[in-house]
Amino acid sequence: MASKVIHAIYNDDDILMNAVKAVRGEHYHIEEVYTPFPVHGLEKAMGLADTRIAITAFMYGCVGLCVAITMMNFIMIEDWPQDIGGKPSFSYIENMPAFVPIMFELTVFFAAHLMVITFYMRSKLWPFKKAENPDVRTTDDHFLMAIDAGKHDIAKVSQFLSDTGAIEISLIDKEDDH
Amino acid sequence: MYTLPNKLKLFAIIFMVVGALGMIAGFLTAPSSTAEVKEMMAAHGDGHGDGHAEEASGHGENHGEANAHGAEDAHGGEEAHLEHVLHQMQNRPWSALYIASFFFFMISLGVLAFYGIQHVAQAGWSPILFRVMEGITAYLPWASGIILILLLLSTMHVNHIFHWMDPDLVNPESDHYDKLIAGKSGWLNSTGFMIRAVIYLLGWNLYRHFSRKWMLNHDDATDNRWFKKNFKLTAGFLVFFIYTESMMSWDWIMSFDPHWFSTLFGWYVFAGMMVCGITVIALVTIVLKSQGYLKDVNDSHIHDLAKFMFAFSIFWTYLWFSQFMLIWYANIPEEVTYFVTRIEDYNLPFFGMVAMNFVFPLLLLMNSDYKRVNWFVVMAGIVILLGHYIDVFNMVMPATVGTSWFIGLPEIGSLLFFFGLFVFVVFTALTKAPLVPKRHPFMKESKHFHY
Repeated sequence: MASKVIHAIYNDDDILMNAVKAVRGEHYHIEEVYTPFPVHGLEKAMGLADTRIAITAFMYGCVGLCVAITMMNFIMIEDWPQDIGGKPSFSYIENMPAFVPIMFELTVFFAAHLMVITFYMRSKLWPFKKAENPDVRTTDDHFLMAIDAGKHDIAKVSQFLSDTGAIEISLIDKEDDH
Repeated sequence: MYTLPNKLKLFAIIFMVVGALGMIAGFLTAPSSTAEVKEMMAAHGDGHGDGHAEEASGHGENHGEANAHGAEDAHGGEEAHLEHVLHQMQNRPWSALYIASFFFFMISLGVLAFYGIQHVAQAGWSPILFRVMEGITAYLPWASGIILILLLLSTMHVNHIFHWMDPDLVNPESDHYDKLIAGKSGWLNSTGFMIRAVIYLLGWNLYRHFSRKWMLNHDDATDNRWFKKNFKLTAGFLVFFIYTESMMSWDWIMSFDPHWFSTLFGWYVFAGMMVCGITVIALVTIVLKSQGYLKDVNDSHIHDLAKFMFAFSIFWTYLWFSQFMLIWYANIPEEVTYFVTRIEDYNLPFFGMVAMNFVFPLLLLMNSDYKRVNWFVVMAGIVILLGHYIDVFNMVMPATVGTSWFIGLPEIGSLLFFFGLFVFVVFTALTKAPLVPKRHPFMKESKHFHY
């Protein structure tokens, strides 16, 4: 059986913010909010957990550092040692200062690129992906709040939502392959 | 209004007295003749002498032909060596005094630059901290006076920490004639040195005086006239500052090694100055908050200051490494001696300072949540400040005292003395005006600042 969601549309971010707080105050479950631009403080009002992307960035940076060290050790020390400016490449540690820029750059490179890819995967975005937003107006100037209808009295919820300033309220059958 | 707690006053005075005693002891125990040096070295045991003997023989082997000449010199060489050590030991209390006074001078100047940047950027988060910054820059006239006296004493040959001031070095008739220093004498001469010092100090102190005065005027004004006036003055000051700060670092620090030069030295000193300044702003703010003042300063303000501490620590390391790597890689003798001396004779302070100024803040302050934990910021701040004291120590000591260095009475005494003076002057200045500006165009934004 398909569950039902209520879509409430707002046309101002301040009204939306207050509505989100009021809806949460009534213990209705907000599934998602679609906005045309990032609304500052919305994630806190919705009660979303803090992002953990910073932790992944740190781990990716460590991976990049290891890759740089291994790579430079192979290229410059093991495979083809060269005498550059009177500094023969016989050991990694003695030539380490010369490799610091590469170690730094690859740390940044790995952290940045893998973080972006992680972000795309986590937000389920990939090429040729069909847009998820239920109403094209949310890409322009409207804000949409999707509330899980559950076993609530639809008429009562709708009345409550329009009191919070929603300009349009509709009941939608949620498709399973969401 | 802030009132100076008696305990803090007593604390500062005790520091000054103890520090002054340490400094005086440092001056009194400095040897006055080579005989005393000999005695001191004998008291230290033979270890030192042996090391030298080995070094000398190793040297002899490498230069077989020079051997006969070396043997002839041996006796005179020992006397010359003692004379050399004597000069180093006599320089030590002066260098310690100079380093500590420069360190606290650098803090107040760094805060002044940061304060200027906040005005010109019209930053919204920081106006609530302006009085704290003005309190710290109140130390600038004191520090300027002290440093001017120290420089004047050097030019009058009371001490010999600035090697290039020796007139023999630029006299072509003399045995000590130094072609490189003579070539630089157009810039490095005592007269020009003092004239420049007066210009730098006058410019910075005038800005500090008028900016403070106009911001106080603004509190009682009805329009934004003083605010606009201050904006223009500050923009001019920052241009003046970035040139004079660079020249100051050549004059007052880089010239200790008159043969050596580094083109990014001004930036390097500037980065250290900014880290120390911002750290002290954070520390003073946290102290005032713990005493129940500055109610509107929240964790987000501390978070921003900690972000700056973190960022400038990284920036400082970037410059430190850039300077080091280019010189290390190029390996040009006249440049590379600078780092050879430091790595061989100052190994622990040289690398220890990099750990304190880079690794420590990097690991402690990387996490966003930790930047809001006040005691964490205090801990990191203390390590950063000590690390940058050692940084200044490493910039000065190798040129003035060479291998005869130690962190003992003169160094700790001077540090304690200037710390006491700094705390006394800064916290007294904070009592002179309300801790939060009454009216500032961005005050509301600053009070409601949140991250």
